[in-house]
Amino acid sequence: MARPIRVLVAKPGLDGHDRGAKVIARALRDAGMEVIYTGLRQTPEQIVAAAVQEDVDVVALSILSGAHNHLLPKVVELLKQENVYNETLVIGGGVIPDEDIPGLKESGLAEIFTPGTPTQVTIDFIKENLKRCL
Amino acid sequence: MSLKEGILNKDKRAAARLISMMENNDPEAIKIISALYSHTGKAKVVGITGPPGAGKSTLTDKLAKKLRQEGKTVGIIAVDPTSPFTGGSILGDRVRMTDLYTDPGVFIRSMGTRGHLGGLSKATLGAVKVLDIYGCDYIFIETVGVGQSEVDIVKAADTVLLVMVPGLGDDIQAIKAGIMEIGDVFAVNKADRDGADRTQVEIEMMLDFNHSEWRPPISKVVALYNKGIDELYDNMNKHWYYLENSGKLMEKRIRNIQLEIIDLVQRELMDRLVGNEEKKAMILKMAEKVAHREMDPYTMSNDLVNKVILKNS
Repeated sequence: MARPIRVLVAKPGLDGHDRGAKVIARALRDAGMEVIYTGLRQTPEQIVAAAVQEDVDVVALSILSGAHNHLLPKVVELLKQENVYNETLVIGGGVIPDEDIPGLKESGLAEIFTPGTPTQVTIDFIKENLKRCL
Repeated sequence: MSLKEGILNKDKRAAARLISMMENNDPEAIKIISALYSHTGKAKVVGITGPPGAGKSTLTDKLAKKLRQEGKTVGIIAVDPTSPFTGGSILGDRVRMTDLYTDPGVFIRSMGTRGHLGGLSKATLGAVKVLDIYGCDYIFIETVGVGQSEVDIVKAADTVLLVMVPGLGDDIQAIKAGIMEIGDVFAVNKADRDGADRTQVEIEMMLDFNHSEWRPPISKVVALYNKGIDELYDNMNKHWYYLENSGKLMEKRIRNIQLEIIDLVQRELMDRLVGNEEKKAMILKMAEKVAHREMDPYTMSNDLVNKVILKNS
C-alpha cells in the first residue's frame, strides 16, 4: 500500500476564523490524506518548524486577514531556508483578491484557492502536483 | 549529509524523515536504526493515555514546558486515529502545543494509527527509537483517546501517566480490568469541575486492592491553567527513581523488548505468509478447498506455516 499524503493545514497571522481550514482539513482527510492541523494564529516560523518535524508533502495555508502578501511568501522563504521547499508543495486559500494571485505564485505558492472552490479541485491539484513521490 | 550522520548531528529534518521511513516500513530506515541501536535506551519514555478529550495534549504541553525549564530536551509523539474507511486522518494534538513549535529543544511528531489497534500506531516504537538517537532526554507518547482496553502503551513506556476526568462513571468503572490497571501515575484533570474529589477517591479505592510495591500517586490538575503540574511532574520523576533504584527499570524494559521481538516476528511471518498478491491468491485457492470441505482450516493453516518455517530453516 502506498503511503498517505501528509498535509499541514495552517492558519498564519491573526484572523481567528478557521471554519474554512477545518472544512478543507476534513475534505483532505476524507480523500485519504493525513492532515496535521496546527491551530490558529501561527507565525511563519511556527508553521515551518511544524512542517519540518512532520515531514509533510504539502503545506496548505488558510488566511482571511488580508496579510497574505506578507505572510505567505514568508512561509515559502523559510521553507527554502530549511531546505525543504523543493520537496514541499505550498498552496494557499482564503479571501485573496484576484490581482494578488500572480504575485503570490511568483513568490512560490503553487496555487491559490479562493472562496467557492469545490474541495475536489484542491484534492486533485494536490494529487497531481506533489513534489516527491509516494 | 546522510540520514545517519544527520540524526547523530541533531538534524531535525533527518529525524523527521527517518520517522516517515519507519512509518512506511522502509528497509533503509530499519538498517540505520539497527546500526545506531546502541544509541537508544537513554531517553525516559513516558506514555500519556486516557479517554478522548481528557486533556492529554494540554497536559503533555505543560509537562514539556516544565522539562524545558529544567533544561531537558523533549520529544513528543502524538497519535491520533486513522479512518478505517478512507485511510485519512486529522492529527490535531499539535493545536494544544503551539508554544513549543519553535523551541529547538522540542521535537513534535503526529502519527495516524494507520489501522493499528491498541492506542498506538505500528511505527510508534520506531519513532521512539529515532527520537532517542536524536538525543531527547524525555520522550512523551500521547496515545489516541482510549476506551477500556487499548493498553499497548504499557509495552512502549517506562512510566504510564493515566489522565482521568471527573464524571465518566461510577466506582464500578474504576475496578474494571484494562486501562485502569496500567497507570503508574494518575492525573485527575479538569479538577475544577464537580466530582473531581470523588473521582480521586474512586481511583484510590481501586488502588487499595493493588499489592505491588509502587503505589501510583494521584494528582488533581487543571492542565489548561497550569494548576497541579508541579506535583504531577514530581510524581512522574518519583516513579522514574523508583524504577531505577528498585531494578525494575531493566526488568520492565526486558519484558517490553521481549514483546517487541515477538511482535516483529509476527509481522515478519505474516509478511512472508500472506505478504504478496501471489500468496493471497494461493490462500484463496486453499479457502476454496476448505469451503468445499475437502480439507479443514486448521490443517491447512498449519501446513502453510510449516512450509514457510521449513523453507527458511
